[in-house]
Amino acid sequence: MLQHDHAAAPRLDAIEITGDTRQAFILKAALATGAVYGAGLLGPSLDRAFAQTKMSDVDILNFALTLEYLEADFYRVGRKLGLKGDVADAAKTFGREEAEHVGALRKTIADLGGKPVESPKFRFPMTDQDSFLKLANTLEDTGVSAYNGAATSIRSKEVLGAAGSIVQVEARHAAVIRLLRGKPPAPQAFDTASDKAAVEKAITPLITS
Amino acid sequence: MTTTRDPAVDPPPTPRPDAPGRSRRGLLRAAGAGGAGAAALLLAACGGDDDEPVAAGGMTTTTASGSAGDLKILNYALTLEYLEADFYAKVLEADLLRKAETELAKTFGDSEQQHVDALKATIEKLGGTPVEAPETTFPLESRTQVLELARVVENLGAAAYLGKAGEIKNPEILAAALSIHSVEARHAAALNQLLGKPPTPDGAFAKPADEKAVLAAVKPYIVA
Repeated sequence: MLQHDHAAAPRLDAIEITGDTRQAFILKAALATGAVYGAGLLGPSLDRAFAQTKMSDVDILNFALTLEYLEADFYRVGRKLGLKGDVADAAKTFGREEAEHVGALRKTIADLGGKPVESPKFRFPMTDQDSFLKLANTLEDTGVSAYNGAATSIRSKEVLGAAGSIVQVEARHAAVIRLLRGKPPAPQAFDTASDKAAVEKAITPLITS
Repeated sequence: MTTTRDPAVDPPPTPRPDAPGRSRRGLLRAAGAGGAGAAALLLAACGGDDDEPVAAGGMTTTTASGSAGDLKILNYALTLEYLEADFYAKVLEADLLRKAETELAKTFGDSEQQHVDALKATIEKLGGTPVEAPETTFPLESRTQVLELARVVENLGAAAYLGKAGEIKNPEILAAALSIHSVEARHAAALNQLLGKPPTPDGAFAKPADEKAVLAAVKPYIVA
């Protein structure tokens, strides 16, 4: 029952195989390369993709906002599929929480002097509860890896704290969705981190405009 | 046990680079509008006015005090991971769970042991001394008791990592802590769900727990 799930939803497989999705997590990488504490840790083993692109905290928050728009809309649309029981309950709660993330991110961006991006329009390849759960699994796991990947580039401690608070909720969603699919809720000891390019590649097929 | 969280206490002593007071106030306003959970969280993430200066370069500082701070956090995390790994080992020994639950306990326990191993190795690599594993004692007399305690421990673990994220100076250690944090959150949510509890008990914004509250909460399970 608890076999590993390597069958991600169509079009979103990219998240699991591209970008910074190393299985052996970052500490192990640091150890393997013999990095020592200090400048050495900022070596090639560390994903600095976000820093390299010089994304500001507002940029990172806007990127997160797009993901939250996607997730909130996903649950909104999914709830029209006639979901049942625990799945319907999860969709309702999680959808509401994603919408709260949207609201909090928009306000934080504005308060930092930035301009919140507007929501793209999305399409979701799902027709029933099974395809809903499959896509939910992928989207929530993607959300976790996106926040984990971006977090180290966040400059403000407050914004980092907010991102941490949100990613914990995304991880909780991911675990429950996985359980509802009969999949292991936490298949790895260390969650992966994805860089922006990998996340964009994963979600682009769901964006229509 | 999750009610022991006290995010207002023990503000992180050191700032992330580029964390001006101006944006702090703005974020607090944002948090107020974004929900009570976010407010608590952002308050917790705020350092005091006696923050240490950060390196002029704007990157993470690698001063001796920074190293010491990160090492202290790593050893705190290690203590919690020892506890969790030991807990699952004893749970499996007690053999009170149903088949699917036992599978979960195996997977979770294996992950906690991997966290222990990685944290120990990292502390040593950084020139620190890993704390000794505490001797533990858990009340494991029934299936319900086991699952409930697992739930409590995992939710506490997730909150503990969240409580430290803002204090970690080294970005690589931060990345590692985050990759563990979300796994603890997965464990916690899965157990909540299996026990018919809300998987996101804090709502849309998970609350951190400060070290003092966490250590007080786990004290009953530590013999020495």
